[in-house]
Amino acid sequence: MNRSRRNFVQAGGVLGLMVATGLITAEEARAQQQAWNKAAFEAKSLDETIKALGGTGTAQSADITLTAPDIAENGAVVPVAVASKIPNTQSIYILVEKNPNALAAGFGIPAGTDASIATRIKMGQTSNVHAVVKADNKFYVATKEVKVTLGGCGG
Amino acid sequence: MKMHRGRIAAAALFLGCAAASAYAQGSATDEIARYRAMLADGNPAELVVARGEELWKTRRGAKNVSLEQCDFGLGAGVLKGAYAQMPRYFADADQVMDFESRLVWCMVNLQGMDRAAVTKNPYSGAGQRQTDLEALTAYGVEMSRGIPVNVPQSHPKERAAYDRGRYAFYMRGGPYDFSCATCHGVTGQRIRLQDLPNIAGNKPDADRAFTTWPAYRVSQGALRTMQWRLNDCFRQQRFPDLVFLSPTSVDLITFLGVNANGAKMDAPAIKR
Amino acid sequence: MPDPMRIRATEQPDGVDVRVLMSHEMETGQRRDSAGAIVPAWFIQTVVVSYAGKPVLNAEWGPAVAKNPYLQFKFKGGKKGEKISITWVDNRGETRTDEATIG
Repeated sequence: MNRSRRNFVQAGGVLGLMVATGLITAEEARAQQQAWNKAAFEAKSLDETIKALGGTGTAQSADITLTAPDIAENGAVVPVAVASKIPNTQSIYILVEKNPNALAAGFGIPAGTDASIATRIKMGQTSNVHAVVKADNKFYVATKEVKVTLGGCGG
Repeated sequence: MKMHRGRIAAAALFLGCAAASAYAQGSATDEIARYRAMLADGNPAELVVARGEELWKTRRGAKNVSLEQCDFGLGAGVLKGAYAQMPRYFADADQVMDFESRLVWCMVNLQGMDRAAVTKNPYSGAGQRQTDLEALTAYGVEMSRGIPVNVPQSHPKERAAYDRGRYAFYMRGGPYDFSCATCHGVTGQRIRLQDLPNIAGNKPDADRAFTTWPAYRVSQGALRTMQWRLNDCFRQQRFPDLVFLSPTSVDLITFLGVNANGAKMDAPAIKR
Repeated sequence: MPDPMRIRATEQPDGVDVRVLMSHEMETGQRRDSAGAIVPAWFIQTVVVSYAGKPVLNAEWGPAVAKNPYLQFKFKGGKKGEKISITWVDNRGETRTDEATIG
């Protein structure tokens, strides 16, 4: 593979990923795969996930804004946005309580990036969605129930 | 907002909510509208359109030409606005064709592809890549975005197609004795939490039925075309398979298109 | 070669707004095919967005991220005309990198 410049930066925080500009080599791809937090993604519940992320528990926080529809017409695609006003937010995680594994996604927020993410997740059924924020190495959470409906004609 | 008799009871039951007044009539509809609005930005159909554009401009087939010289009724090489004025009559084929029919016609006649091969599997299956036809149609309809629907009725064959399409829309059959109109010819009906648009009797519903297809169907995880939509309706009605590009499919699309005349194309859209 | 991402990066008064659409199946590993066999999990595991050689977002994903993932976020300090780069790596080790110019 042809690459002009390489620049490795060890990203801080729990995720600790290798970063490169331009194309990445197979070696780098493997490194990113190995850095992936398997334990966190295989945890079943919110509590198990927090443990796998290095925490002991979560505190409810009104400074986390979790935006999601009350009713998702299809659980395959549920838009979720999380914004954190907690100072020194390091990471944002999105969990779906009743999914086979709770953790759907985690985002490491470097300095200079807004602690605000929007993405789309899958929900197997009506469930609580938890937005977890790690700030100053402490974990905070905000929760919202999202109802998932069945399609009209079974399709 | 439409009036839904029985919605309060049904919604309360479904949502397990004892206080029926908390979910007043229309609230579930509003929430679904909000869900749809949240999905509006970032339509995965864009990915399919991009691929369609690339395929469009690639030399392919035995004749090794691109689709760029295809005539969709506005002249050879004019794609902008073409989807919005189809189905229409084509003298060179002596028949009324919808966009997908004409696309295949050009793939066969311009590019020298084999018709049977091209039309064999028009729709992608679960977990499969979108088919070339889906990608090309997505690109084609994107090129009519914002353009008012203007399906012509000037040629006798165009008028005949509309008449047959209307007949097909109201024709009852199959084991449930359904017609398209059974679900889509009445205002205020719903299946589970899905409002059923009255696409024959209500102009805004008729408009949306035509202007928002093709669409990225979230429940399919794929972009689906108007031919697919009708085929799937037939399947749900327990009708025989609506053959891809069949005269009946073109007739029905003509009926739907003419009923939407004047409305601006807004496709590919994103749907549940 | 996986399909390219669609990236929109626009300079706004409070930062660069980045919106990405990625083309990926994001197979959960729960679905069965028509023969009844489990379709193996296949999903993007890591995403890195870089600007000027530094990460502006890191993400770790599981299969519960929706198919054809969408992502939106904002970062400060980006300038119109400069490029951002996005790389994803999936659980098969496949990878895709795309760049976009900030508009």
